[in-house]
Order: sequence, then C-alpha cells, then structure tokens
Amino acid sequence: MGATVTTANNDEKTWGGGHEIQPLGSSYGKMMMWFFIVSDALTFSGFLGAYGFSRFKFIETWPLADEVFTHFPFMHGVAAPMYYVALMTFILIFSSVTMVLAVDAGHQLKKTKVAIYMFLTIIGGLVFVGSQAWEWKNFIKGEYGAVETVGGSLLQFVDKDGKRVALADFAVKLPEQREALTRSHSTWFMEDAQSLPTYTVAEVQAGFKAHPEILIRTEKLTDKKKKTVLSREESEKHLASAKYVVEGANLIRNEYGNKLFADFFFFITGFHGFHVFSGVIINIIIFFNVLLGTYEKRRSYEMVEKVGLYWHFVDLVWVFVFTVFYLV
Amino acid sequence: MSHEHVSNTKRIWFVFGLLSVVTTVEVILGIYKPASLEFTHFVGLNLLNWIFYILTVFKAYYIVWAFMHMEGEKSSLRWSVVSSVVFLVLYLLFILLTEGHYIYGVFKDSTIKWNF
Repeated sequence: MGATVTTANNDEKTWGGGHEIQPLGSSYGKMMMWFFIVSDALTFSGFLGAYGFSRFKFIETWPLADEVFTHFPFMHGVAAPMYYVALMTFILIFSSVTMVLAVDAGHQLKKTKVAIYMFLTIIGGLVFVGSQAWEWKNFIKGEYGAVETVGGSLLQFVDKDGKRVALADFAVKLPEQREALTRSHSTWFMEDAQSLPTYTVAEVQAGFKAHPEILIRTEKLTDKKKKTVLSREESEKHLASAKYVVEGANLIRNEYGNKLFADFFFFITGFHGFHVFSGVIINIIIFFNVLLGTYEKRRSYEMVEKVGLYWHFVDLVWVFVFTVFYLV
Repeated sequence: MSHEHVSNTKRIWFVFGLLSVVTTVEVILGIYKPASLEFTHFVGLNLLNWIFYILTVFKAYYIVWAFMHMEGEKSSLRWSVVSSVVFLVLYLLFILLTEGHYIYGVFKDSTIKWNF
C-alpha cells in the first residue's frame, strides 16, 4: 500500500505500480475519493428520484413547501418562507469557500493559513448541522395541527379568510379525556405506544361545531396551486370521518399532508445532515494533522484536498436538496 | 500533477459571488413566484421550475469545476466522472418519474385509494 505511507518521503501520490503510473493523471487517494463521490452521488439521486416518484404519484395533493418551512429564529409567528433555508445554503457555500481556500493555501505550503481556513470550515459545518437541527425541531413540533380521516387523507383548519387556525384556538376540553399511560403510572409493563395528542377527535369535532366560522381545507391543490377550502356543510361532513388528531410530524403521520412527505424530508435531509456531520469529524481530524505538521513533513497537503473534495460534494448535494425540497 | 501551484484566490471569490447571486435569485423567485412563470408550461414543466433546475445545474457546474477543481483534471477523468453520473441519473429519473406519473393515473382513473 504505497498510497498510505506517512514517511517524510513524498510517496503519497504513488500507486502500487510505481512512480510513472498515474491512471487518468490522478493520484491513488484522489481517484478513490472520486469513486466514492460518484457512488454517493448515485445514492443521493436514488433518494431524490424516489422523492420525485412519490410526488408524481400524489401530484395533486402534495404539501406546499412554502407553508411548511416558515420559521426564522427570533421571528415567532411571522411567516418567513425560504429565508431560513437560504441562510443555511449561504452558510454551507461559505464553508465550501473556506475549504477551497485551505486547499489553495496547502498548494503553497502555508501551514498557518491552512489551519485557519480548516478551522473556519469546521465552524461553518457545525453551524449548518445546528441549523438543520432547529429546522427539524420546528418540523417535528408542528404549528397548527390537523386531523386524519379514516381514508388516510388530512384535513386542516382555516378561518373564512383562508388563514390557518391552530387546533388550540378552537378545540374544547371534554371531561372524559384520557391521559397517556406511561411506565411510571402503570402496574406492569404497560404504556401507550405513542404519546396522545393534546386533543381527542371528539374534542376537535365539538370545538368545530361551536365555531361556525371555521372551515376545512383538504390536501387537494387547485389549478392556482392553493389548497382547496370546503364550504361549511362539506366541512362538517368531512370532519365526521376523522380518525386521528395529528400534531407535528413523525414517521407515521404528519400535520402537513402526505405521509411520504415527512418520511422523505427526514430521510433525505437526515442523510445529508449525517454527511455534513461526518465531514465535520473528518475535517477535525485533518485539522489536527495540519496543526501537528504531518503534511508539512510530507511536503504535500493532498489530504486537505481529498477531504475538500468530500466537503464540496456535501455542498453540491445540498444545492439539489434545496431545489427539490424547498423551491420546486 | 495537473495543478499549477499558483494562488487561485481571485477565482474562488468570484465563484463564491456567482453562487451567492444565483442563490439569491432563486430565493427571490421562490418567494414571489411570478404567476406568468408559474402557470406557463413548457414540455411538462412550468417555466419557474425550469429556471430553478437550470440554475441548480449551473451552480453544480461551478461547484464541481471550480471548488472540486475539475477544470484542472485530465479530460479523461472529467469524462469518466461526469458522463457516468449524468447518464445514470437521467436514466433513473426518466424511469422513476414516468412510473410515478403512471401510478398517478391509476389512482385517478380507478377506484383504488391506497395511500402508500
């Protein structure tokens, strides 16, 4: 394994076959990184393609991203679609820039500069993962709540202007409500499989009856790409078939619409976030190697270049995730 | 090696500026969604989505070419990486989206209502 020798001799760029052999003009390590990137790119395309497949199946009922991702830090209650995810995109692009600056400094064998830029890249990566965690928190917590029917479709509540209404704004508390059974209150190994929602179906229905101004919005998109709002009579009819109260999102159901929407959101952004996280770990390792002077001794910062390739790839994937989940 | 060891800092900042501008344009279009673009269709896709996809590929090109330094690699490596990914992704998307559209038709035109 000539490629992994870490002596002062600059053997890093050598293949097993000797010094003259350089397939495609690339060193062993970089070629392997390209192999990995191509296969990983295909994995991500498989996921995004599957998302497209499911979306095409339910093209008339798919949730609108603008209504789902509306949060921005310190702007509670203000609908700010896109701003937060745009910020996240800038953070990731910027950390890509610091990474490529580190590679550039590596070409000139400037150790301190490489270390500083690597450090900034790590910070950028951590901020991005943190932002994603915050996005997930909002997505899981939900904002308005909804009701699922026996047929598996989702009903959301709006006032007569079409503005969303939260369950808490109209549902009533009925005395017969049951608390979730937890391990600490049960006699033997008994507990509810899922935590119970704040309101029962009966409480939502009773609250709906008491508020004649509230209407129901179905998942169906109109030709103006808005959700269909039903009349009061139709709303009452639809609500009679309610089966579950849905608050927030999990892998089984979510208050935004199609179940697959949340599943894909968790899976694809989660898988991407996992890549960012691994990238940060790898960057930290390389950062310490830079500080220890490992690459200075080798007279080659090619390792920085290789993790750089991975890091830019993560940015590249985000560009596509951003388009597919938030824009289109 | 195929790299010349001179500083590329200027080009890096230029590409950063370009990517930022493109992202800003995308975000502005995504927020305002001009109706003239959103409801005009061209080959099965509305113009707004065409713009989003074209800008995405544009950004991807600059990330791979400038940041991943593909422009400095040999053309044999460039082609091996890019052509295989582009071909396989287009093929996969063609199959999946065609089939997705077919299943949409099955749900629409028959009595099946199964949310899977």
